[in-house]
Amino acid sequence: MSEKFDAIVIGAGPSGNAAAYTMAKAGLKVLQLERGEYPGSKNVQGAILYSDALEKIIPDFREDAPLERHLIEQRMWVLDDESYVGTHYRSDDFNKQPYNRYTIIRAQFDKWFSRKVQEAGALVICETTVHELILDGDRVIGVRTDREGGSVYADVVILADGVNSLLAKKAGFHQEIQPKDVALAVKEIHFLPEATIEQRFNISGNQGVVIEMVGKITKGMVGTGFLYTNKESLTIGVGCMLSDFKTQKITPYELLESMKQHPSIKPLLEGSEMKEYTAHLIPEGGFNAMPRLYGEGWMIVGDAGMFVNAVHREGSNLAMTTGQTAAQIVIDLKAAGKDMSADNLSVYRRKLDDSFVMKDMKKYKNLPDILHNNPQFMTAYPELVNKAVHSLLKVDGIDKKTKEREIRQSFVKRRSWFGLMGDAFKLWRAFE
Amino acid sequence: MIKVEEKLFQNRYRVDAGHPHIGIIDATVCQFKCDTKQCTVCCPAACYTAEGDGKVTLITDGCLECGTCRVICSDHRNVQWEYPRGGYGILFKFG
Ligand SMILES: Cc1cc2nc3c(=O)[nH]c(=O)nc-3n(C[C@H](O)[C@H](O)[C@H](O)COP(=O)(O)OP(=O)(O)OC[C@H]3O[C@@H](n4cnc5c(N)ncnc54)[C@H](O)[C@@H]3O)c2cc1C
Ligand code: SF4
Ligand code: SF4
Repeated sequence: MSEKFDAIVIGAGPSGNAAAYTMAKAGLKVLQLERGEYPGSKNVQGAILYSDALEKIIPDFREDAPLERHLIEQRMWVLDDESYVGTHYRSDDFNKQPYNRYTIIRAQFDKWFSRKVQEAGALVICETTVHELILDGDRVIGVRTDREGGSVYADVVILADGVNSLLAKKAGFHQEIQPKDVALAVKEIHFLPEATIEQRFNISGNQGVVIEMVGKITKGMVGTGFLYTNKESLTIGVGCMLSDFKTQKITPYELLESMKQHPSIKPLLEGSEMKEYTAHLIPEGGFNAMPRLYGEGWMIVGDAGMFVNAVHREGSNLAMTTGQTAAQIVIDLKAAGKDMSADNLSVYRRKLDDSFVMKDMKKYKNLPDILHNNPQFMTAYPELVNKAVHSLLKVDGIDKKTKEREIRQSFVKRRSWFGLMGDAFKLWRAFE
Repeated sequence: MIKVEEKLFQNRYRVDAGHPHIGIIDATVCQFKCDTKQCTVCCPAACYTAEGDGKVTLITDGCLECGTCRVICSDHRNVQWEYPRGGYGILFKFG
């Protein structure tokens, strides 16, 4: 493998696949390396696929991509120990083609995407772990793999190796991730007959439902839970910031197990067969935690570059968009006969700055810190809100005005007016 | 008590026998300097076990390759962490 490529892409997740596909399609000589037995065998996602990003790469993806259900209903639950307060948004508009969001199963989806990459003409080699980047001075000129004689060279290397981003770290491009900038998610997949799922969630055909959850399920940690419907299975998971896990005595699997026992969740899973247990990190540090994104002969795309919008649970779409953007720059520079120098690659950063990617990243840049420093959002509020609704709904001979006063007092007692106002202000500023 | 082994039992692995991809750099740091031993709590596959004498043992066979142990050991940086050789390790059927 000592021949030289136009570009090497490390990793075959959505970011790497988007990059490799785009460059191969444009006729570049592309090598993509993936450590898993097949693309997807190492990857974990909820998983919701947002059509827009993929459509811009493979417009007719719906024809043969392995899609589970298109989403017609979004539930948001705020959980106390025994109850939840929630909103459900369901719209027939989501039933109109082309559908906007789908659930997917990553091992299948990544395999499909990789087939497209190969059809586009890229050389995809699996079961190959890249150990390090080969540098000439500060210029990346290739990669060293765990295969015999496994050094390969290229004009540019695209780092699509995911959240752990070991290769850029080893090369000194950035530091180790901090526990406050990353969440650990654990997840299970539960199989149920299709008809049972449709009955339980009031759906038919390929319609699907997602439930996003916050509250006592995370035991005071900053985090969220989720339950998604696939065709014949449900995925259920919970993720919390590692900085919070660092001071916990509860293990991730105990957390998941206790969430599954919640009286509002348990009946949804009843009778199901659990077939896989997974764990994965999510880079949620946001804009302030982003590493350098390019240098001499290299660019970072996807999770490796912290491209996750934790508020909207977007990651795979940003991965694809950044992968495609980086690829387009390589294509343009090649066509202009230009070098892959840091100077020339700096247009990557500028293009992202002008796109929704960085605008969204910037918009929520203060949220991670606010949640981190204000644990009441995850504990006191869910409890108070649930108690309040409970009190209002329970018919017990107490007049509603008294109840409202009690509710107001319960909030003030826990947080003080000043605290409440401050919290509202903080959240407003973070989402503004 | 929840047995994580029962969960991991559902997973597929190709274990690279004799080549663990993660290692503890200095066992005495775990034993004497690290009070919280947070890896033993946070590892989602319970690969790290706190023994009675303060020692910490690591068996990577059930590893999910998440990276938590490396990131969480931020006070001591005592975890040597690599991905398994190509093709080895966890093999997600669904992900
Ligand atoms: C529980 C969970 C739920 C999520 N839910 C959603 C969701 O609903 N919607 C959404 O859009 N996003 C979601 N995300 C985020 C989304 O999964 C990621 O943002 C996305 O997978 C990032 O893609 P990527 O290609 O950058 O990285 P990855 O998908 O992690 O791919 C990296 C690839 O590189 C390979 N690799 C790594 N190192 C090497 C090496 N040294 N040599 C060779 N190969 C290597 C890996 O094996 C892997 O295939 C979720 C994440 C998690 C963990
Ligand atoms: S957290 Fe680090 S130092 Fe502490 S026991 Fe675990 S590996 Fe050892
Ligand atoms: S990488 Fe994750 S699963 Fe593997 S030993 Fe470390 S914490 Fe445990």
